[in-house]
Amino acid sequence: MSTVAENARQALPVEPDAGNRRLNTAKAIQEAIGSQMERDESVFVIGEDVGAYGGIFSSTTGLLERFGPKRVLDTPISESAFIGLGIGAAVEGMRPIVELMFVDFFGVCMDQIYNHMAKIHFESGGNVRVPMVLMTATGGGYSDGSQHSQSLWGTFAHLPGMKVVVPSNPYDAKGLMTAAIQSDDPVVYMFHKGVMGLAWMKKNPRSIAAVPAGDYVVPIGKAKVAREGTDVSIVTLSLSVHHSLDVAEKLAGEGISVEVLDLRSLVPLDRDAIVATAAKTGRVVVVDEDYQSFGLSGEIAATIAEHDPGLLKSFSRVCVPDVPIPYARELEYAVLPTPVRIEAAVRKAVGA
Amino acid sequence: MTLGTTERAAELNARDRRALLRQMILIRTFEEAILREYHADKKPGFDIGAGKIPGEMHLSAGQEPVAAGVCAHLGPGDAVTATHRPHHLAIAHGMKLRPLAAEIFGRETGLGRGRGGHMHLFDPETHFSCSGIIAEGLPPALGQAFAFRHAGADNIAVAVTGEGAANAGAFHESLNLAALWKLPVVVVVEDNDWGISVARQSSTAVPSNAVRGAAYGIPGVRVEGNDVEAVHAAAGEAVARARAGGGPSLIEVHTLRLWGHFEGDAQGYRPDLADVPGRDPIPVYEKKLLAAGVLTESDLAALRTEASELVEDAVAFAIASPAPSPDEALKYVFADQTEGARS
Repeated sequence: MSTVAENARQALPVEPDAGNRRLNTAKAIQEAIGSQMERDESVFVIGEDVGAYGGIFSSTTGLLERFGPKRVLDTPISESAFIGLGIGAAVEGMRPIVELMFVDFFGVCMDQIYNHMAKIHFESGGNVRVPMVLMTATGGGYSDGSQHSQSLWGTFAHLPGMKVVVPSNPYDAKGLMTAAIQSDDPVVYMFHKGVMGLAWMKKNPRSIAAVPAGDYVVPIGKAKVAREGTDVSIVTLSLSVHHSLDVAEKLAGEGISVEVLDLRSLVPLDRDAIVATAAKTGRVVVVDEDYQSFGLSGEIAATIAEHDPGLLKSFSRVCVPDVPIPYARELEYAVLPTPVRIEAAVRKAVGA
Repeated sequence: MTLGTTERAAELNARDRRALLRQMILIRTFEEAILREYHADKKPGFDIGAGKIPGEMHLSAGQEPVAAGVCAHLGPGDAVTATHRPHHLAIAHGMKLRPLAAEIFGRETGLGRGRGGHMHLFDPETHFSCSGIIAEGLPPALGQAFAFRHAGADNIAVAVTGEGAANAGAFHESLNLAALWKLPVVVVVEDNDWGISVARQSSTAVPSNAVRGAAYGIPGVRVEGNDVEAVHAAAGEAVARARAGGGPSLIEVHTLRLWGHFEGDAQGYRPDLADVPGRDPIPVYEKKLLAAGVLTESDLAALRTEASELVEDAVAFAIASPAPSPDEALKYVFADQTEGARS
């Protein structure tokens, strides 16, 4: 147990220029993990099918070949045991990256996550750190049904003690993964399957983009204005950023100026950035692929209201309306935050 | 395999045996002091949240042979994970009594600065931790063992849990993974016959949890009799095997819950209540050592005096220590001192 675990933070560039080398999000994640494994012997990867398969969503492709079976380990289907193993190793000063294949599987192992990973630092009065990354796939849109399509980031963010990051693009994915590995706190790293740029799944062109070759960090807890605008703000994250940018581009042709704020992290939540965009446009549409009630979208409304209840002329939500994610494509796309739903909400917000 | 009380005690010398007794007396003295302080200001009506020591209190009296017998084989570089009933293991593994007592009293000088409480003790010096969730202390122990092996050390992790936990998924997942990866782990099941109010035979399909080792291809032994020397012998083999790279072992000790599940438990469900005091392992062991001539009455008195001094010092330290400041209630959520999701 390392009381004063060596702070492994490197002095790395913070959000450098993207350059023009293009990668998909999956490769960007692999690159961040590989680079941190190069420089820090205590970083290792465990999970189901993270070895020879390279991660079901390609988050760990090539790592077994590079680092060998002592540092990249396939586990049995025993999420409580292997997530707990990550916790114990982190407590002893290692920096595990543990993949939970689908976030939907948290039900079989949540005790290790929220009662152990997230609480040990607090319960120990700050004496014991748990520097681990819990990496997991989220989201729907490909008819995987109600147990393999959820977002659920609001559930993790609701429970104290975990940082929660949700990258939307390759650049942020690499920088946030590097920051997550170097963090002395547990970080839940939630990638949407639809932003990975996988060959076998429909993708938005934004899932392949410029990524610097060298190491850098995207600070955890800093939102990013993905597109400047003046009429209405879309506050969003993950795959919904892609859809929101598409809608913003389309509506720009009609003279509607849409600002898109990519939250990038839920914990810490960049409340200043939320308030700033709300103050700027006075109209907020939250687009969130998580369930609508009791979650992130309500938290954003509360954040603005607590700052200044008079700030908003309009507020609305485009979320999953509190139903399990359906299987049939027609039904699934009726409940996901699609560009069609987003566009309708934006038009309504500006009265257009 | 079942070990009786007599087969394995051969190699213990007089000094070892006195050390085992000393440890058990120290633990019992500590638990009696906590019992006294816990109830002192909860009278006349018992209010679980009132007094100097609030909250649930699970004391370990009767289970000292497990802690003393197992931890005698461990050094401070070895890890121990325990349960909601952790004091005996913490003390036997060498945790300092002052920060332990202070944490139980919820003081700023406690192990967790009053944030954890008696079910959540974390001591980096002795690699000790515990969890209030049944069976969930096992998985992190695997990770500690993994880290020790990765570092090339011969340290091991001992995961202690109760017999009720042997029916939980995390127990079985952990045994399989520990066996699969041949981790330096010893899993110790404290069978005190009772999962709160449910008797073992009403919860568990097998007569001995030791047989469950076979399901994972690892040695499993059951130690009957709540005998510290038999525990010591079984643990010695398992610890040596783990240190030598031979992988995990499972030991179940049939022990005794001398008091209630928690303080305030009237134990009306317990038909064996009248016999319990007679099964107290400490007087039994004292008599055994006196009879064997490895201990005199004055040695025994000295052990008790020493234990009492150590424990009362710790209790006085705790009582004299400041409570945590409410102004700091949001601290320690994160290592970087971000105040939770509110930041």
